[in-house]
Amino acid sequence: MFFTYLRRELRRRRKAALVVASGLALGIALVIIVSSVSSGMSKAQDKVLESLYGLGTDMTVTKAAAAPGSSSQRPRFEFDAKGDDSKQSSDRVMVQGFQTLSSTTVDKVGKQSGVADAVGGLSLNVLKVDGQFKRGEFKQNGNAGAADQRGPGGGGTTQPQGEVQGGGASFDVNSYSVYGTDVTKQDLGPLTSSKITKGRTFKATETDAEVAVVDASYAKEKKLAVGKTVTVSGTKYKIVGVSTADSGDAAANLYIPLKQAQTLADAKNKVTTVYVKAADSQQIDSVKSAIQKNISGTTVTTSADLADTVSGSLSTASDLATSVGKWLSIAVLVAAFLVAGLLTSSAVSRRVREFGTLKALGWKSGRVTRQVVGEALVNGLMGGVLGIAVGLAGAYVVTAISPTLTAQLGGSGGGGGMAGGPGGMGGPARQAASKSLDIALTAPVSLSTILIAVALAVAGGLIAGAFGGWRASRLRPADALRRVE
Amino acid sequence: MYTLSGVTKRYTRGKSTVDALADVDLTIEDGGRLVIQGPTGGGKSTLLQMLGGLDRPTAGSVELDGVDLTKLSEAKLTKVRAQNIGFVFQSFNLIPTLTAQENVETALVPLGGRPAERRRRAAEALDSVGLGERLGHLPSEMSGGQQQRVAIARALVKQPKVLLADEPTGNLDESMRDEVMEVLETMWKEHGLTFIMVTHDSAIARRAPRLATIRKGRVTITENAAA
Ligand SMILES: Nc1ncnc2c1ncn2[C@@H]1O[C@H](COP(=O)(O)OP(=O)(O)OP(=O)(O)O)[C@@H](O)[C@H]1O
Ligand SMILES: [Mg+2]
Repeated sequence: MFFTYLRRELRRRRKAALVVASGLALGIALVIIVSSVSSGMSKAQDKVLESLYGLGTDMTVTKAAAAPGSSSQRPRFEFDAKGDDSKQSSDRVMVQGFQTLSSTTVDKVGKQSGVADAVGGLSLNVLKVDGQFKRGEFKQNGNAGAADQRGPGGGGTTQPQGEVQGGGASFDVNSYSVYGTDVTKQDLGPLTSSKITKGRTFKATETDAEVAVVDASYAKEKKLAVGKTVTVSGTKYKIVGVSTADSGDAAANLYIPLKQAQTLADAKNKVTTVYVKAADSQQIDSVKSAIQKNISGTTVTTSADLADTVSGSLSTASDLATSVGKWLSIAVLVAAFLVAGLLTSSAVSRRVREFGTLKALGWKSGRVTRQVVGEALVNGLMGGVLGIAVGLAGAYVVTAISPTLTAQLGGSGGGGGMAGGPGGMGGPARQAASKSLDIALTAPVSLSTILIAVALAVAGGLIAGAFGGWRASRLRPADALRRVE
Repeated sequence: MYTLSGVTKRYTRGKSTVDALADVDLTIEDGGRLVIQGPTGGGKSTLLQMLGGLDRPTAGSVELDGVDLTKLSEAKLTKVRAQNIGFVFQSFNLIPTLTAQENVETALVPLGGRPAERRRRAAEALDSVGLGERLGHLPSEMSGGQQQRVAIARALVKQPKVLLADEPTGNLDESMRDEVMEVLETMWKEHGLTFIMVTHDSAIARRAPRLATIRKGRVTITENAAA
């Protein structure tokens, strides 16, 4: 009888059931959309951080910021006038940020408790000047001047270019980045956020080999391919692989073995960054303070620190999703629960005589209450199904449209083309200064979100059932004789 | 057999109190038939509620076959209603979303038993009130007289000791009134029930062998040997 009665009620009073269900559905759909969008946001954030760090890196160690004014290493070029029409080329290799740590620091960091792995890397900038020289002086193009020049294909790495034309000189200035990677430890560091799409990656034995992996968009721009060679400051590197960055923005244009990079930059046993993987991702803060305490002169940057420096529409949207979205869905959910409860309760009021009659016929109060709760629960589940459908559709629409969000890293925002141009720019994101990324927003719906939605539907049904059931349990059999409905 | 002694039911609404029943003493024999009449607000429905265990009096005792209903727990009283007492209401009180057969089944639900058996007995009861062809009809698809016959089938399907009817013809027009009264009388005769009915119909009251008149909560019994 329970199911017959339930079925009949829901079928013959479907409008009332639909009102309760759609109220709950609205709340549940909103919860699904908000939580899937905000998980899409955090995925996007992770991607931004990953493009700097590589996968699995929990923090980086860099040299603490030096006092401002130490700009003694500003690039200078010297050319000799060899006479008319002679072509000249000069590569100037600079350590990115001009701040290095000793290789022994890598070992020291690796020995700290809570550190699972530590690997060093050397980031370089190479300024390449080609051209004909008669007489004149090259004046480096200012920091801001070349800021907005970007390579094709969405590659975000800035390529400052300038031309010198003085006294009959005609020069092209090109800048690209080189990353010296520790080929013996390839599971940590920037290269992990790229996939090798052609050729191969480094072999562990190629610690000092003249081989290179080139980023796909840079390769396209410069017409480089596996098997060809690329010359950096007079050294020819054989290209063994092409890598494609997961986020569309590579950490460097060219990757070479660490030792090679150190030789090029005349920075023997130096690294710019130590990439650290913590043994326990819950203990990152304590590992950070241990490193900072035990190894002086270092700056430790965790993903969380870096995330704080992310600005732009991504971070605005993500703030919005976590604050407004969360409260909005809680408010709608509470309202939906309340409305469902009140509607169910008022539906019971309209059926006072019906339930009174059943009690007069000898139905136990519990049986009547169970009937009411059962109806409410089914309403709740219908709301759940409806809400999940609408929520999935909403999340699907967001993913289909995939609005583009931009993320700016490094806070200060200025367009300084060459990283760390002026000495002592400092800050935790020195290497990442003013990196700008475009990320497509997706709204992935996880199984746990669906389970939460189902739980909310059941909860909504039970709350509505509690309102109605309480009302029904208080009815007396004498209510069967009540005249007013 | 019903034995009522000193039954008082006092309703309090705000500061005013109404004695719907005032010190009522009454006995009704098994298989007896009692017609109750009286002016509006006299206390007829209240008396029926006391007899049917739908409510408890403020004072006094209501004994059914030696068991004082006023002293039973709610669960036991519910059981007495489920097993021994059949109700017919003025406004039929059928569940609007259930079919005739399902409505009759609701009376058998508290008694347990297999659903198939329940359906069979419900169909039988509907057949006995002349509605064997209408098992699947909803209340809204039937006339008032038919609906009340479904209600009578529902009251009698469990074969109770007592049938209580509160103005069973009050909402019916004349032709249906006769149809329902006929069914009720046949049922009473066939089942050997104790049959207590409230009515405003003076024609029915005149024909009744035993008549209780309630005014302001006080009962007077009139025996009519001629009827
Ligand atoms: N639940 C209640 N609360 C307060 N007063 C009540 C309640 N039920 C009945 N009464 C009062 O008790 C008195 C008797 O009511 P009852 O319903 O028994 O009269 P009745 O004889 O059945 O009248 P009618 O012919 O109109 O059905 C009336 O004055 C009524 O107002
Ligand atoms: Mg009445």
